[in-house]
Amino acid sequence: MTVPIATSQTILVVGGGISGMTAALEAAECGKDVVLVERSATLGGRTALLYRYFPKMCHPTCGLEINLRRLKANRRIRVITMADVQSIGGSRGAYTATLKVAPRYVNENCTACGECEKAVAAEVSNPFNYGLNKTKAAYLPHAMAYPQRYVLDPSVIGTADADKAKAACKYGAIDLDMAAETIEINVGAVVWATGWKPYDAAKIQPYGYGRFANVVTSVEFERMADPAGPTGGKLLRPSDGKEAKNIAFIQCAGSRDENHLRHCSRICCMASLKQTQYVREAHGDTAKSTIYYIDIRAIDRFEDFYRNVQNDSTVTFVKSKVARIAEDKNGDPILHGVDTEGYHRYATAHDLVVLAVGMEPESNGIRLPDDIVCDSSGFIEGSPDGGQIGAGASASPLDVNRSVQSATAAALRAIKVIHKTASAEMAQK
Amino acid sequence: MSESNKAANTVAAAAVARYRNNFLKEVEERVEDGDMVKMCMQCGVCAGSCPLGPHWEHSPQKIFMMIRAGKRDEVLSSDSMWMCTSCYNCIVRCPRQLPITHIMHGLAHYANRLGMVPKGQPTRDIAKLFWDNLLKTGRVNELKFSLAMYFKDGFVQGIKNALAMQGIGLSLMKAKRLSPMEIIGGHKCKDQSGIQKMIAKAREIEDRRRGALA
Ligand SMILES: Cc1cc2nc3c(=O)[nH]c(=O)nc-3n(C[C@H](O)[C@H](O)[C@H](O)COP(=O)(O)OP(=O)(O)OC[C@H]3O[C@@H](n4cnc5c(N)ncnc54)[C@H](O)[C@@H]3O)c2cc1C
Ligand code: SF4
Ligand code: SF4
Repeated sequence: MTVPIATSQTILVVGGGISGMTAALEAAECGKDVVLVERSATLGGRTALLYRYFPKMCHPTCGLEINLRRLKANRRIRVITMADVQSIGGSRGAYTATLKVAPRYVNENCTACGECEKAVAAEVSNPFNYGLNKTKAAYLPHAMAYPQRYVLDPSVIGTADADKAKAACKYGAIDLDMAAETIEINVGAVVWATGWKPYDAAKIQPYGYGRFANVVTSVEFERMADPAGPTGGKLLRPSDGKEAKNIAFIQCAGSRDENHLRHCSRICCMASLKQTQYVREAHGDTAKSTIYYIDIRAIDRFEDFYRNVQNDSTVTFVKSKVARIAEDKNGDPILHGVDTEGYHRYATAHDLVVLAVGMEPESNGIRLPDDIVCDSSGFIEGSPDGGQIGAGASASPLDVNRSVQSATAAALRAIKVIHKTASAEMAQK
Repeated sequence: MSESNKAANTVAAAAVARYRNNFLKEVEERVEDGDMVKMCMQCGVCAGSCPLGPHWEHSPQKIFMMIRAGKRDEVLSSDSMWMCTSCYNCIVRCPRQLPITHIMHGLAHYANRLGMVPKGQPTRDIAKLFWDNLLKTGRVNELKFSLAMYFKDGFVQGIKNALAMQGIGLSLMKAKRLSPMEIIGGHKCKDQSGIQKMIAKAREIEDRRRGALA
C-alpha cells in the first residue's frame, strides 16, 4: 500500500466507529489532516450492529450514511482499514505510530458485485452477527460497509476456494499475493476511539450463559431483531427455534459489580427499554417483556422514553437482581430471586433471557502506550501532556449521542495540540 | 437469663443508650464488619442465593434494610442470623462485596452478648455448650460435649437421644475417634490456666473495642 504522507500536523484517530469517524470528520472539516485507522474491514463500529437505536428508534444506517457522505466529500482524511496500532512512540506534537496492516486480498478494483462470494464454498463465523451464524469466506462485512469492498478470509488462502474467487472476479480485484505490512507514520496528536466490547457473559456463572441455550446477550438480541441478522428478524429461541414471546431482560449483567465491571455501563437500561419495543413490534399485544433491575437509570433526557415503556401493557418491571438461572426440561430458563419491593421469593419461567451485558473498554485487550492514563475500569483518559486523547465509548460508557459529543471535544483538543506544535515549529524557523 | 448475663446487659444498656435511635451507627461500631452494612444497595442477590432462604424470616438483604430502618428489637431477636450455615454463596455473589456471612455471625454474636437471642435457639445453645466445654481444658471433650447436648432438654429426652445415637457413638469408638475414658477428666492442653488467661484477655480487648465497657 502507499504510505500516507503524515507530519507533525497530522492527527491520528484510532478506531473507526461513530466516535472515530466523528473526531476525524470534525478535525478534517476544520482543515486538519487526519489518518483514520480501523482494525476491522469496515468503518461503523458497533453502532452498525444495532437493529435500531434509541431515542428515536431509527436504523443505524441513517446516521452512518450521513457520516459516510461527509467522509467521501473530504479529501483530508486517509482511511486505513484492517490496521492495528502496534506502538506509539514519542510525545505530544511528535509521535511515531507503527501500524500493522492485514491483507484483505481484495484491491480497489472491487465493485462489490458479489461474484467471488458465489464462487467460494467455505464458510466462516460471521463477525457482523457476533458469530451467531456463518458467512461465506468471501464477504462484504455489511450492507453499509465502508469501503464497499469484499474481504477474503485468510483461512481460504492457499485452498481451491481462493483460486475460485480469483477466477470469478471479472475486475481483477482479487490479489492473493497481498501480505501483511508494517508501516510507520508521524503524527502530532492521537485520538483513541477504540470503543467498547460486551462483557464476557460466561463469567457471570449463576446466569448460565454458554450452558443454557436460551440465555443470550443484549448484543446478540440486537442481531436477532434485525432482518439482516441470523434469524431474519424473528425472535427465535436458540434451543428449538420456537418463537420467543415471553422474554426476560436482566439488567446490570456484569456491571455495577465488584466481581465483574465496577462501573455502571449507563446505556444498558436504555438498551433493554428499547428492546422491549422489539418484542412488541414482533408480537403486538401478546408480547410479554419483564425487566429485572436494581434501579432503572434512563440516562440523560430519556426519562420520557422510560415512562412510555412503563405505560406499555406488555412490559413488567421487577425490582430485583436475579440471583441465578436454572433450566427446566423444555429448555425454559427459570429465574430465581427475591423481589426487593415486598421481599417475595420468585421462580419464574421465560421463553428467553436477554442479559443486558456491560460495556468494557475494547482497549482492555491491547497494549496502550505507557503514558496513557486509564480509570479504574480501563477507560482511556489520555496522556498527561494532552497529546493523546480518549473519545467516545473508549473513554467512558456512552450512547451514540454522547459519544459524538465526546469525539467532537476530543477533535477540538487534538486541533489545539496541532496548533501549538505548528506555532512552536514556526518560532524555531 | 443467668446472673452474669443480666449484669452484662445492664452495662450494655448504658453503652448503647448513646445511639438513641441510630441503630445503624450502633451496628457499625459494635458489630463485627457492621461498618459494611451501609454499602448494601438492596439488589436482592444474597436473599435469592441463600440455600436456606425460604426457611427463614429475614434474608440478609432484609436484615440490612431493617438495620437502616432502626428496627433494633426485631433484628437482634431474629432467628435468621442463627440459621446461616456459612455456605458463602451470598458473599461470592454480592456485587458490593459485603462480607455478609461475617456480618450475620457478628449480629448473632452481638445479640447473644446483649441477651436478646430467642429462648431455646438451638444454634446458640449448641455454640454455648461447645464454648463452655472448650474453655475448661483448652480442648474439646467430645464425650462430654455429646452428653451435654443429649441431656440439654432434660433427663428423659437425654436417654432417648443417647439411645438414638448409640450406633454412631460405637462406630466412633471403634474408629478411635471417641474414648469412654474422656468421662474422667479427659485430654487437656499443657497450660490450661494460660489458655484461660489468654481468652480472658482477648475478651477484655474485644469488650473495649466494641464499647461494651464504655
Ligand atoms: C446492547 C446495546 C445496545 C445499544 N443501543 C444503543 C442505542 O439504541 N442508542 C445509542 O445511542 N447507543 C446504543 N448503544 C451504545 C453504542 O453502541 C455506543 O455508544 C457506540 O457504539 C460507541 O461508539 P464508539 O465509536 O465510541 O465505539 P465502537 O462502536 O466500539 O467503535 C470502535 C471502533 O474502533 C475499532 N477498534 C477497536 N480497537 C482498535 C484498535 N486497537 N485499532 C484500530 N481500531 C480499533 C473497532 O473495530 C470499532 O470499529 C448500545 C450498546 C449496547 C451494548
Ligand atoms: S445502565 Fe442500568 S443496566 Fe446498565 S449498569 Fe447501569 S443500572 Fe445497570
Ligand atoms: S447481595 Fe449485597 S448488595 Fe445485594 S442485597 Fe445482598 S448485601 Fe445488599
